[in-house]
Amino acid sequence: MSTLPRPTEAGAGAVRPLTRIAGALPTVLSSLLAVAIALLAGGVVIALSGQTPFPAYVALFEGAFGGRRAIAETLVMATPLILGGLGFAVASRAGLFNIGLEGQMVLGGLCAGLAAAWNPGLPLYVHLPLALLAAAIAGGIWGFIPGILKAKTGAHEVITTIMLNYLAYRISTVVIGREDLVLVNPALQATQPAVDNASLPLLLEGTRLHAGILLALLAAVVVWFLLYRTVFGYKIRTVGLSQGAAAYAGISWGRTIALAMLLSGLLAGLGGAVDAIGLHGRYYNVMLGLGFTSIAVGLVGRNNPFGVVMAGLLFGALASGATRMQNTAGIARDIVYVLLAFVILSVSALAVFQQFQQSRRQTTRARGMTYDRAADEAGEPLVEPPPPPRTI
Amino acid sequence: MTNRDGNVAAPAVEMRGIVKRFPGVVANDSIEFAVRKGEIHALLGENGAGKTTLMNILFGLYHPDEGEIRVDGRPVRFHNARDAVLAGLAMVHQHFMLIPRFTVTENVILGSEGAGVVLDRAAARERVADLSARYGLQIDPDAVVGALPVGMQQRVEILRALYQGGKTLILDEPTALLTPQEVDELYSVLNRLRESGDTIIFITHKLREVAAVSDRVTVIRRGRTVGTRQTAETTAPELAEMMVGRAVSLRVDRPPAHPGEPVLVANDLHLRGTQGHEALAGVNLELRRGEILGICGVEGNGQAELIEVLAGLRRPDRGQVLLKETDVTATGTNPRRRLGLSYIPEDRHGRGLVLPFSLTENVLLGNAEEAPFSQGGRIDYPGSRSLTERLMGAFDVRAPGPDTPAGALSGGNQQKLIIARELHREPDALLAVQPTRGLDVGAIEFVHKQLVAERDKGRGVLLISFDLDEVMDLSDRLLVIYQGRIVGEFLSGQVTRTELGLLMGGRALDEHAPAAD
Repeated sequence: MSTLPRPTEAGAGAVRPLTRIAGALPTVLSSLLAVAIALLAGGVVIALSGQTPFPAYVALFEGAFGGRRAIAETLVMATPLILGGLGFAVASRAGLFNIGLEGQMVLGGLCAGLAAAWNPGLPLYVHLPLALLAAAIAGGIWGFIPGILKAKTGAHEVITTIMLNYLAYRISTVVIGREDLVLVNPALQATQPAVDNASLPLLLEGTRLHAGILLALLAAVVVWFLLYRTVFGYKIRTVGLSQGAAAYAGISWGRTIALAMLLSGLLAGLGGAVDAIGLHGRYYNVMLGLGFTSIAVGLVGRNNPFGVVMAGLLFGALASGATRMQNTAGIARDIVYVLLAFVILSVSALAVFQQFQQSRRQTTRARGMTYDRAADEAGEPLVEPPPPPRTI
Repeated sequence: MTNRDGNVAAPAVEMRGIVKRFPGVVANDSIEFAVRKGEIHALLGENGAGKTTLMNILFGLYHPDEGEIRVDGRPVRFHNARDAVLAGLAMVHQHFMLIPRFTVTENVILGSEGAGVVLDRAAARERVADLSARYGLQIDPDAVVGALPVGMQQRVEILRALYQGGKTLILDEPTALLTPQEVDELYSVLNRLRESGDTIIFITHKLREVAAVSDRVTVIRRGRTVGTRQTAETTAPELAEMMVGRAVSLRVDRPPAHPGEPVLVANDLHLRGTQGHEALAGVNLELRRGEILGICGVEGNGQAELIEVLAGLRRPDRGQVLLKETDVTATGTNPRRRLGLSYIPEDRHGRGLVLPFSLTENVLLGNAEEAPFSQGGRIDYPGSRSLTERLMGAFDVRAPGPDTPAGALSGGNQQKLIIARELHREPDALLAVQPTRGLDVGAIEFVHKQLVAERDKGRGVLLISFDLDEVMDLSDRLLVIYQGRIVGEFLSGQVTRTELGLLMGGRALDEHAPAAD
């Protein structure tokens, strides 16, 4: 699932800034193109449902970016998705498809909610980190389990993480339903409200914007640094791209993927936490599907930390705009999910297309065809001749 | 065009002014190529010179942008391979396109079953047996192809070409997978085909094969025809120069070795292979400082397993590996690397490099955890990058820069990068597996020089290659491996190709009259 990374884009140190921007430009452009295609296709669906697309999109845009509150709401919606998307990206870089973000987020939210509802009178700077730590540990364990299973037995992570998603839902339901537990409110199907000292502080009066967005942005920087500047990140990327080369370099595949899954789950757990102790002030035992949307965020963001931030903001904007679209243009919120689906489809299609082009270019060179440096630097496409049809 | 008797005869194949452009590459640039009827014509050129493109054009798989093709004097325009087959051309591919579970007959008639519903198997079998007898191919029409040795499988391909009515056979690098004996047998098959009037185009990049089998040779370089020569009237150095564009030394310049103490020792290695057979059945070897120790053998006789055990990728079931007198049997690749073992793997793309990674990141492979590449878990990218730049300069790795993805480099430059990375550690012992596979003459020369230079610095070089010429040219001492055992040991120059070929094929030397020397 992971798209081929562009090492020159983020990998190496002193790339000339211009080159770097130019290198990233096609990615940005193609993502915008993908969004445009999705909006067009969505417009057709809106028209087919008997509405007019243009006012709907105006409402969508206003709801996402029209003013302080709209922007704040976009950021709020984006926060858990960025963290979840980062989790997806880390696993993908190691060559794993973490479909268990949902379960990791559920347990992260639950543990953060429980830790925040507990009131021993700790100061903010102790209690809040403690709540976040609880979420990180819970999500991390939930990611580590499929990682270690795959490392030791080869059990496929897609299967194990899906099973663990169900298990996480059930655990959440059981814990929240316990009448004897003072930290939960079974009637409300939620934890008790988070105490102030364990809540992510509000950033902007009159909005719901909380400090979770800062945590998400910080996490993106940390993940980028980890992946592209540390030995551990190098190992993750090597393992994800070539198990043969990893073995050759003495990198333990099992250890690396297990740790990558731990990190992936940890990030997802934080994603669950920001929603609980940032947005809602408590953990609700409701299936939000944030983990599944996060997969899309990771894919659209091309598993690049900064791409994930952008994709998270895009999805946040769509989610926030959807409410306005529903209220003012009278269009069902569900149409936004159709739009999201179109975005994912067109981004994936473009990614596959580019990967195809890139691999053709690589085979051209690998087969030792004349390497025209001038043409290459001028950015001319070097395309392998189409493979001859097999003949018998 | 005049033939040997001075009569005017239409060439079997004539290609004039063939141009084929791919975006960014001119693969064929006004190529002139003419093959006389009844000759064996070698098409010689380095990898990427445009040989295969030219033959794909001839065979109707590509359409030329410019130029004219004549077969037997008649202009032709092939739209696909079937047109080419109908015109009497046939291609024998480098990688056989046979179905292992089918019998010889079934494979041969594949694609020319005819339009009828019922297959006339008996008639087909009869014709296959007939053809086989006429050309002395000695193939049992009922044999299951998967059970045949590689040389025989190739004959099945040739048989299929003949069955389809091929008068002009195109053989694409036909010796790549054969043992020396099988190569000799192929030559005699080709000679018989020529005697019965068939025409053969023999694509190769090996000068030895041109000399051994062809009547004439056409050399192409970078998509252009350099010239056509009578094989008998040219020399290997001339052909090499035509092929590469500059004078190259074909002989490895290798002063006598001065072997020192053993640096890498294997004692009685046993390893069970994935199919349960004994991949290594008690291998003993001793690599000394200052020597190149060559291991020759047909692919699949335990070489891959031996290297994995020596490099630390696999543990042997039994036996011991000593590196500089330290028992490293139980350690992995990195401890051995630190102790002074470098390894040029056979599989550049799957093991030696991470293709999407930049050159810098590829230099980090195997080095990432050590100073100066990293400190406290943080990789020093600027430092690694400038080291990569230095290595690129020292080993002539041609690429736009250290940030270029390794996948964008030619095979030769990729191999140079691997060699640069491995030699920069100044190893005591070097494992080199198929170090020149798929490289062109210029790059091969470079790699060979590096290996000899390492030897002369007092390092032990273990060379495994399926190219017998390479092993014989480079090695100071030779071991023959057969079915997981070392079955012969010789000093350089004290053994013939024939003797090695017999041992590689599993026969003992004394069963046959030994070649006197």
